[in-house]
Amino acid sequence: MQVQTHVDINSEWGIVAARQAGRKLAREIGFGSVDQARITTAISELARNIYLYANQGQIKIEEVTGSGKRGMKIIASDEGPGIKDLRRVMEDGFTTSGGLGAGLPGVKRLMDEFGIESEQDEGTVITTIKWLR
Amino acid sequence: MEDMKVSMYQLYKDMLTSYLEDKSEHALYHAQQFSKQMMEQDMSPEETVSLHVSVFEDLSQDMPEEVKDSFDLLLEVMIGYGLAYREHQSLRDRQQELESELNVAAQMQRTLLPDKKIDLEEVDFGVVSVPAGKMSGDYYHYDLDDHGNLAVAVADVIGKGVPAAMSMSMIKYAMDTLTDKQMQPSAVLESLNRVVERNIDEDMFITMMYGVYYPEEHSFSLSSAGHEPGFIYNAQEDTFLSLEAKGLVLGVSPKVRYQEKKLSLAPGDFVVFLSDGVTESRIDGEFIERDQIVDMIRERLHLPAQEIVDEVYYQLEKAQEFQLRDDFTLMIVRRKV
Repeated sequence: MQVQTHVDINSEWGIVAARQAGRKLAREIGFGSVDQARITTAISELARNIYLYANQGQIKIEEVTGSGKRGMKIIASDEGPGIKDLRRVMEDGFTTSGGLGAGLPGVKRLMDEFGIESEQDEGTVITTIKWLR
Repeated sequence: MEDMKVSMYQLYKDMLTSYLEDKSEHALYHAQQFSKQMMEQDMSPEETVSLHVSVFEDLSQDMPEEVKDSFDLLLEVMIGYGLAYREHQSLRDRQQELESELNVAAQMQRTLLPDKKIDLEEVDFGVVSVPAGKMSGDYYHYDLDDHGNLAVAVADVIGKGVPAAMSMSMIKYAMDTLTDKQMQPSAVLESLNRVVERNIDEDMFITMMYGVYYPEEHSFSLSSAGHEPGFIYNAQEDTFLSLEAKGLVLGVSPKVRYQEKKLSLAPGDFVVFLSDGVTESRIDGEFIERDQIVDMIRERLHLPAQEIVDEVYYQLEKAQEFQLRDDFTLMIVRRKV
């Protein structure tokens, strides 16, 4: 049975809880300290986006296996306003929260796989995976 | 990749050991060189911190728990720097891409300008045109018709960079559709004005001076669409006079009439066309006066037209510390005999 954790994001506490759960699972899977910190930062950014733009949503964290590798998957979902211009938010140098370097392109860089689906007025789902090397 | 990590680890370990032993500047110098190597291998700040921690743990058997824990915090902070570092790299790559795209466009733009030599007994011709950036909003033209008459023009798109350069190519294509019969200056500007007015944004416009030298009658006709006045040099009296003709800038109104002026040129007389990049050159922060341009040309009257314009350009470029603020075009047409 693979581990799966859900964390509701509706406050800064939720962000911290998601980070904590993510770091714990990353350690259990066997990620080194740098990757642990990267995964945690990615979770942090995703959770913050939910909190800032959709008010509430969920972070789901689970262990995954694929082609003989172990990894960790993060799914961030919300029912917020959605993202109008996906191409634009994935551009470097464009971060709506004004933070340097992070934002969605930052999350994509921190992780190995990245997918995003967003429907206006319906919400956004971001799925991302980090594989254990 | 793994091998590299191992070798980096060993290198760092040797370096740190040596530094902890003698605290020498030499070891620090090594570290500085090593950092270049790390960046070449795309090692991020957080990986560097992690490398330091693991090497240090290895070297000092009894590292206090607090010291070890403190590095967790440092690592977390460094993740942000690592992201900024990678973003910087990707933006730098993107910039190089844009730069090379722009170089191709600039190269293409240069092919729009005439480059054949004018082979006329009677005329000494020279032109220099230099963009402030990569792309130019200035345009110049010269062409011989079937009767041996020489048409010349300088145009300036108000604005700089890519939009100006795109408008400039429109002038070139519109001029290509003109036939010899339409070479008369006022008619040329009227027809270009129609093209520009239809195809250009309201907030953009183009100024232009167009002239034709008729060697058989030694006369020069010109019209101007709101363009920077040029000069006419009278060799016998050794005087420069301002050269202009009334007319509205291109692209403002669909039907505009252009005044046409006719001058006769004696041997040694010449006309000067220029763009406002010449008159808006600055020396010591002050705009130069038109008189100063006249003086620069006067000092070089004995030279061929091409050398005059080249030297005036070099002098102004140097005076502005090689930073042009605007596209620069200067042209001279002189009657030789």
